Amino acid sequence: MIALLRRDLILAIRAGGGFGLGLAFFLILVVLVPFGVGPSQAMLAAIAPGILWIGALLSCLLSLDRIFQLDYEDGTLDILATSPMPLEALATIKALAHWITTGLPLTLTAPFLGILLNLPWEANIWLIASLALGTPALSALGTFGAALTVGLKRGGLLISLLVLPLYVPTLIFGAETVRRGAEGLPATTPLMLLAGITAGTLAILPFATAAALRANLR
Amino acid sequence: MSIWEYANPKRFMQTSGWALPYLTVASAVCLVVGLVWGFFFTPDDFRQGSTVKIIYLHVPSALMAINAWLMMLVASLIWLVRRHHVSALAAKAAAPVGVTMTLIALATGAIWGQPMWGTYWAWDPRLTSFLILFLFYLGYMALWAAIEDPDTAADLTSVLCLVGSVFALLSRYAVNFWNQGLHQGASLSLDKEENVADVFYFPLLVSIAGFVLLFVALVLLRTRTEIRARRLSALRARERAS
Amino acid sequence: MEFSVEGLACRRGELRVLEGVGFTLTPGEAVILRGPNGAGKTTLLRCLAGLTPPLEGKMSFSPDDVAYAGHLDGLKAQLTGAENLRFWAAIYGSDQIDTAVAQFDLEGLLDRQAQHMSAGQKRRLALARLMLTGRKIWALDEPTVSLDTQNVARFARCVESHLATGGSAIIATHIDLGLPNARVLDVGPFKASAASDQLDPFLEDMI
Repeated sequence: MIALLRRDLILAIRAGGGFGLGLAFFLILVVLVPFGVGPSQAMLAAIAPGILWIGALLSCLLSLDRIFQLDYEDGTLDILATSPMPLEALATIKALAHWITTGLPLTLTAPFLGILLNLPWEANIWLIASLALGTPALSALGTFGAALTVGLKRGGLLISLLVLPLYVPTLIFGAETVRRGAEGLPATTPLMLLAGITAGTLAILPFATAAALRANLR
Repeated sequence: MSIWEYANPKRFMQTSGWALPYLTVASAVCLVVGLVWGFFFTPDDFRQGSTVKIIYLHVPSALMAINAWLMMLVASLIWLVRRHHVSALAAKAAAPVGVTMTLIALATGAIWGQPMWGTYWAWDPRLTSFLILFLFYLGYMALWAAIEDPDTAADLTSVLCLVGSVFALLSRYAVNFWNQGLHQGASLSLDKEENVADVFYFPLLVSIAGFVLLFVALVLLRTRTEIRARRLSALRARERAS
Repeated sequence: MEFSVEGLACRRGELRVLEGVGFTLTPGEAVILRGPNGAGKTTLLRCLAGLTPPLEGKMSFSPDDVAYAGHLDGLKAQLTGAENLRFWAAIYGSDQIDTAVAQFDLEGLLDRQAQHMSAGQKRRLALARLMLTGRKIWALDEPTVSLDTQNVARFARCVESHLATGGSAIIATHIDLGLPNARVLDVGPFKASAASDQLDPFLEDMI
């Protein structure tokens, strides 16, 4: 399993665009927002938590269709499915690899982008905490969406349609945590709920992902 | 005899073919009676005026929007556990009906909201969760449409329906939390039917019955169409093979 | 231990392709699958490997005894030969990399990324994976595609040594591998008849 994780990470680095693409997209999105809504500092500070979270969400979406597609096309997925590794483990590792290449860098860079949006400094701790706790759920749900569409030629758009509604609870609690943090209100409650959703998602989704893979490989 | 006999397509076609005309007539009668009674023979509400009468469309369609999803959930479970094809096809058939009900509920809600709250749309928890439900329906239908092999499509959409149900429910509670978080004590709550006086209540019951019957009739009709489509593709496949 | 398959029926997409497939496989024996294109050789192999569940029938072994190699090589273009092999060795928990490298003469390919290899070289790497699986039954789908005569002979020797250690193999191929202990199985007779080409009672009931 560690071999699979290491392989996926090496591939992400060598194939190019694995780490950097999502991050660059996140940056561009955040830079574009002030052009759209105007440069007022107060306005930007008010919408910063939401923009940062939606940016993280969309950056996660960007690389979802590659999670299984490449392995499916070159026959690796067939062989992995017949290998001693259970498909549930495969699903978990794939989600973990996706998180390391997208969720983790997003979490680490979000505070710097928060500066651009005039996010209050005290909110950063909540921003990092909510992204660190929330993005694993985004990766697990995204892996599920990728498994549903692995047999399709152009599944990219469909993944977004399937996965984005599933992101709603995570987005709500994540952004709420940061918003409360920015306003100096106690933000532990939404953070706990966010962590709960992530824990539940990580526990259940690998089974759904494995079931979808099995149906698609038949 | 067991209920599973209806999972046999022949049996299902026979029974549904027999029941469909009765269901159609019954739903038409209930709808006409309920709506005419509600629209023309009930007094105007002293606060809301005649706008209250949209309740006879709004409440039943909202009810069916949720129940259609529940029906899809049950049908998906039956497909996953017992692999009855009729069940999978019934879930597929229910989705467009459900999405239409959701749209009716959203549209009538907006029309009602304009005179009542002064806006067509507010991010009230109830409204928002219906919008999210609408998105779930769209994803479900798109997945059915995208996958060619019918059994694979049935498997994948069933798994999506299960996962989607959990997350739709979570969204419902998340939205509640989110909106309270925004403005304390939101005042945009609808009168529940418990609060509605009897004059409004009975025609409402009749039109709810009409919507339920309409839903059942439409789903049966669409399931029959799906079964016939499956039969056609099976015959074609057989022709190609021989 | 003898492996057997009884009354197996397999599907491909919506079609029932094979039915009543039965054969036994003794250790040290290879079965060569023959049959025209579309007869269901690939379908049968995928079924034996557990990728497509059979519609009916019994297999005396679990899919975990089967090492499957299909048309696709299952190599990562951006990884070198050695990295590809090490990955599969880790997945199967094997320490046989050196043997596999020697068997298929892969020494020169170890440091080269798979995207810079020829089709035949990639095939050799893909076949070397079989030796890492440590599984009793090899289910191979056209394994000699894009191999030259010399490497076909290499592959045949590899299968021979697998058989000599008590393994078995089911190989769909059209060329003569010259295996000493091989039996030909024609899948033609197992073609699902037109009268019963439905997948299941559901379609049967409908038509």
